[in-house]
Amino acid sequence: MTALIHTLDIAGRHLRNFSRQPWYIAFSLVQPIIYLLLFGALFKRVVELPGFNTGSYATYLTPGIVAMSALFSGGWLGVTVVSDLDRGVLDRFLVSPVSRSALITGLLIQTGLVTVIQSLILIGLGVLVGARFAGGVAQVVVLVAAAVLLTAIFGALSCAVALIVRKEESIIGVVQFLLLPLTFLSSVFMAPALMPGWIRQVSRFNPLNWAVEIGRSAPEAASLDWSLVLTRGAGLVALAVVATWLATRAFGAYQRSI
Amino acid sequence: MTIQAAPREAAAASNDTDLAIVAHNLVKTYPGGVRALNGLSLAVATGTIFALLGPNGAGKSTTVKILTTLSRPDSGSARVAGFDVVARPSSVRRAIGYVSQKAAVDPEATGRENLSLQGRIYGLRGRELRRRVDELLERIGLAEAADRVAGTYSGGMQRKLDILMGLIHRPKVLFLDEPTTGLDPEARAELWAEIERLAREERLTILLTTHYLEEADRLAARVAIVDQGRVVVEGSPEELKGELRGDTIRVELADGATEPRVQAVLEHLPGVRDVTLQDGAVYARANSGGQAIPVVLAALERAGIPVAAATVARPSLDDVYLRYVGRSFDAAGEKGTER
Repeated sequence: MTALIHTLDIAGRHLRNFSRQPWYIAFSLVQPIIYLLLFGALFKRVVELPGFNTGSYATYLTPGIVAMSALFSGGWLGVTVVSDLDRGVLDRFLVSPVSRSALITGLLIQTGLVTVIQSLILIGLGVLVGARFAGGVAQVVVLVAAAVLLTAIFGALSCAVALIVRKEESIIGVVQFLLLPLTFLSSVFMAPALMPGWIRQVSRFNPLNWAVEIGRSAPEAASLDWSLVLTRGAGLVALAVVATWLATRAFGAYQRSI
Repeated sequence: MTIQAAPREAAAASNDTDLAIVAHNLVKTYPGGVRALNGLSLAVATGTIFALLGPNGAGKSTTVKILTTLSRPDSGSARVAGFDVVARPSSVRRAIGYVSQKAAVDPEATGRENLSLQGRIYGLRGRELRRRVDELLERIGLAEAADRVAGTYSGGMQRKLDILMGLIHRPKVLFLDEPTTGLDPEARAELWAEIERLAREERLTILLTTHYLEEADRLAARVAIVDQGRVVVEGSPEELKGELRGDTIRVELADGATEPRVQAVLEHLPGVRDVTLQDGAVYARANSGGQAIPVVLAALERAGIPVAAATVARPSLDDVYLRYVGRSFDAAGEKGTER
């Protein structure tokens, strides 16, 4: 119960700070919007190849960009932890009775809400350039939910790395060397049928790909492929729980090192 | 006289409920073999201000980290507010306030928001929380700035907010890790007055670390000098200075005086000892500086040595430090970084 109250207190802190700098969301959207509009326009005719199962690259690309954007939002989260560490704010929390898990989940709640806003903006832009969601509101809802879970997974992992390595450079390293390759080892930009075999195999284990699959689970049909949504969704939930647990444990690793 | 060159005995008699902090033989080694604490023991009586004095790297901050449950000792034990820091960290955390070396405030939140969040963590809610926040802001003179984000505060204001955050839940024991480092002299003097007042009004036990001798002298009832991870000597500032038995006499020589001759003259005077030469001046120690100085000046005049100035000073903690650690305080401060 205390943990829950503390989670809301910590989430409140981050949400309030976010509300003071809402333009941050515009910066974080620059890259996904470039992919959505320019990359989408450049490769517009790629859907003429067999294997895409849709006549519109915007329809294919938009769920991928939403998931990619969520992945990176999570990946950068460790920067917040490093700056709290540098300022001594985190040490103050750690010698208080605050629940350790609340320090992580409170931050994840705020970032999750930011991901919801980002996702809805990207989906709106996608629709403007021709994306269609045949599954309707249900498809949008499961896509956004998958995006939030993706943010939670990589956000928690980024916090864990931040607590162990404690340098902003290492967060940048994680983003560059882990998240960018993960993006290309998925079906964000390219249909699985057209990928090299090894990338297709790797992508089956890539949580980013699971989120993309959930977002595309109704490409032409009107109803969602619920068995796909639930199996991939369960995988994302499980990973989010494990990652949050790891991040909470990382406080112990930090405290043992000082 | 209750000087304890080895404060271990005091720590051993630790079940005494009058002690708010007891540490016994703390050892802490960091990866890479840096031994930050090497058998540090101390005992702090409830309701008093206790200073850990030493240069950077002496082990002060490590001690505070262990006593506040942030870090764990390799060996040794400590109790704070009656609870073992390793076995009962949650109980210790509820009883203490911690103000670290950095002003640990969230610069993106207002002063009031910083304080309120801190209060909520300790279970303060609603009207009770608002009243306590207002009371503290008012008391330390931050009420007007309370609704500005803390990032716009001056260093001194951030430090005050920081200290209030350590006090919001009415802790029994407050840890202040170098509270005035980085502040200008005016802000420092102001903060000293605040700390004294808060200690009195909130009836706190305070353990503060400092590398300012005058800070320990001004604030603390008892001082422990820390060097290389252990307490070298402990006592009240007066006791420590009294240990040096006497005052320092400083005679500045006019041009043409040859210093060795001065030394020869002074060494034969009764009640004057430890004569040393430094930078064109002669230093000596006397039981009573006031009585010794006319004798010294008369002797120098008889010997025909011109004197530019003569002063008497009560011994400072600097002198105490030099005596127990074997090197001057400033020189010791040059080495190492604080852990």
